[in-house]
Amino acid sequence: MRSYLIILTVILLAIVVNLPPRLQIGNLSLYRPRIDITLLGRRVYRDLSLKLGLDLSGGVHLAYQADTSALPESNRAAAVEATRANIERRINSLGVSEPIIQTSKTGSDYRLIVELAGISDINQATSLIGQTAQLEFRSTQVATPSSAADFVSTGLTGRDLQLAQVQFNGGQTAGQPVVSIEFSPEGTKKFAEITTKSIGKPLAIFLDDQLVTAPTVQSVISDGRAIISGNFTADEAKKLTIQLNAGALPIPIHIIEQRNIGATLGVESIHKSLLAAAVGLVVIWLFMLVNYGLKGLLANIALIVYILISLAIIKLIPITLTLAGIAGLILSIGMAVDANILIFERMKEELRWGRPLKAAVELGFHRAWTSVRDSNASSLITAGLLFWFGTGSVRGFALTLTVGILVSLFTSITVTRTLLRLVYAR
Amino acid sequence: MHVNFMKYKWVYFGISLAILIPGLLSLIFYGLRPSIDFTGGTLLEIQTPAKNFSEVAKNQNLELSSVQPSADNTYLLRFKTLDKDQNEKFKSALGPDLIEKRYESVGPIVGAEMTKKALLAVALASIAIVIYIAWSFRGVPKPYSSWKFGVSAVAALLHDALVVLGIFSLFGHFYHVEIDALFVTALLTVIGFSVHDTIVVFDRVRENLPKMYTKPFSEIVDFSLTETLVRSLNTSLTVILTLTALLLFGGETIRWFVVALLVGIISGTYSSIFNAAPLLVLWESHRPRSTS
Repeated sequence: MRSYLIILTVILLAIVVNLPPRLQIGNLSLYRPRIDITLLGRRVYRDLSLKLGLDLSGGVHLAYQADTSALPESNRAAAVEATRANIERRINSLGVSEPIIQTSKTGSDYRLIVELAGISDINQATSLIGQTAQLEFRSTQVATPSSAADFVSTGLTGRDLQLAQVQFNGGQTAGQPVVSIEFSPEGTKKFAEITTKSIGKPLAIFLDDQLVTAPTVQSVISDGRAIISGNFTADEAKKLTIQLNAGALPIPIHIIEQRNIGATLGVESIHKSLLAAAVGLVVIWLFMLVNYGLKGLLANIALIVYILISLAIIKLIPITLTLAGIAGLILSIGMAVDANILIFERMKEELRWGRPLKAAVELGFHRAWTSVRDSNASSLITAGLLFWFGTGSVRGFALTLTVGILVSLFTSITVTRTLLRLVYAR
Repeated sequence: MHVNFMKYKWVYFGISLAILIPGLLSLIFYGLRPSIDFTGGTLLEIQTPAKNFSEVAKNQNLELSSVQPSADNTYLLRFKTLDKDQNEKFKSALGPDLIEKRYESVGPIVGAEMTKKALLAVALASIAIVIYIAWSFRGVPKPYSSWKFGVSAVAALLHDALVVLGIFSLFGHFYHVEIDALFVTALLTVIGFSVHDTIVVFDRVRENLPKMYTKPFSEIVDFSLTETLVRSLNTSLTVILTLTALLLFGGETIRWFVVALLVGIISGTYSSIFNAAPLLVLWESHRPRSTS
């Protein structure tokens, strides 16, 4: 009785997770629930949609090498993490949904991996991430400076900023975008001092060691506000504010891998995979039905349960589904019935050896267990190594394979056995 | 009643060698065709009416290593390196009606790491499986050794890995098929599945050993093989059926991935019946018989 309850609960939960986001029945709209709970102080939020990998949704994959050579060993991890957080702030302002920004350590090298789904312009992404955006105010004692070398650092930098915003000029240059900046209290003090010293002289704004603008200071500015007016386009001004607000990258990074996958490729792939999955499923159904009759039918029911639960777990963890991951899932449909085949063949043998039907059913499960266990263990070992070996797509495959193996153990043993007992109880 | 499998064991080994040797020779002389995942480089997939790729590349001093056309005026171009500025310049020189479908660029460090990790993963998988089987079969009665079961299973597994590698070396030479991260994935999956089948047979041998201890070992194995033949074939068949569905309907992108899996799984079914079991028999029969 207990196993019925457990199985029914699991199936019901799996169905709920697999519902479409909105279900219309007559005048009634049902919405798929979301999970939003706080567990041990950590917020767990799942909107229960399938996460598609870059190869399916299209997007940009970038890998950067972080140059930590200037830092002592003990500070490196923290600097890389700060860089990651900075990049995350920059990306978030782009409005990409669910960007992935990860750090990884290979040997003594630190890497940053950025994955942006749905973005097709790799240049937009790389220029936003790669720029260091070192803002610096430099003063000069020369009345009409002729080159950048005439300016000296004032110690007022992007770190003293509180906020940068895009504004549009009025008056003569109406509509021209400018960047207005607001200093922190300390920056305001510094800025007031500098403007006091520089009255009547130019004060230059440098961005990444490039002179942007060098207006002449008319009066002391003590409210901590200034305007950077280069000849910006609206996009440039916006990018600059993003970079200024995020601050400079703590360490230099350079790109070592970039992949840009067009979205059309992904949509085609999904349709083809779905067709392959449907055909594969039907063929397996027929195969089991022809070979094992009623038992095969029960295994086919268990196979549907298998697909429901696997998809639900993929949504719950969540595992990002890649093309290889889908292939793994389809492959696992074929593998999921393996345990059933081993068990059913064993039952046939037990019957042949003269056991009564009910005993044969139980012995089939019992005696096939060692071979089911050992063969699945070896698959789990390789799936584990695949996870370790791979990145992105390969990991997706390893994870779906692992989920597939574990779920198939549950459905092909527990679910099928319960169904068989139900049928043979009469 | 059982089939006398072991009588023909040299025939089975012969068939395996007939498939392995061309592949191995190809591996030695042609090697594999590694993709940019391993070598580093740039891959550009574009749809364009233009055809003058090599000319444009030459004018812009770009090292274009191969052009592979596919349907609908789509081309797969491989460069030694092509950074994003060079890419923009290259595309604009080809004309306006151009759609970029894919742009992938991998640095040489990433590629070298991949190679190292792939080799290590295959080696570790083999070792882990020997240890697991030796542990799982520790109950086999003396004087049989569980280690021999483990090593025989891994010999069959290496056979399958070599069959896949050899065939893909030939594919690489004749059809320009490349080895990428997905290929390594397929190889590791094949390794896992190869053992799957072997274990079904070995598990039955393990069960029959105490029941039939008076019989010679080769007869016990023959008996076990006969008993498990149908399920070995059926479990493989279900996987082969789903893979065939993927091959026929799954699309271009994962075609070779599926082919690698299919080749490996067919080889795995063969090797578990016709290599792993005979190898175990051969090995056990070379052990001096105890006098009891």
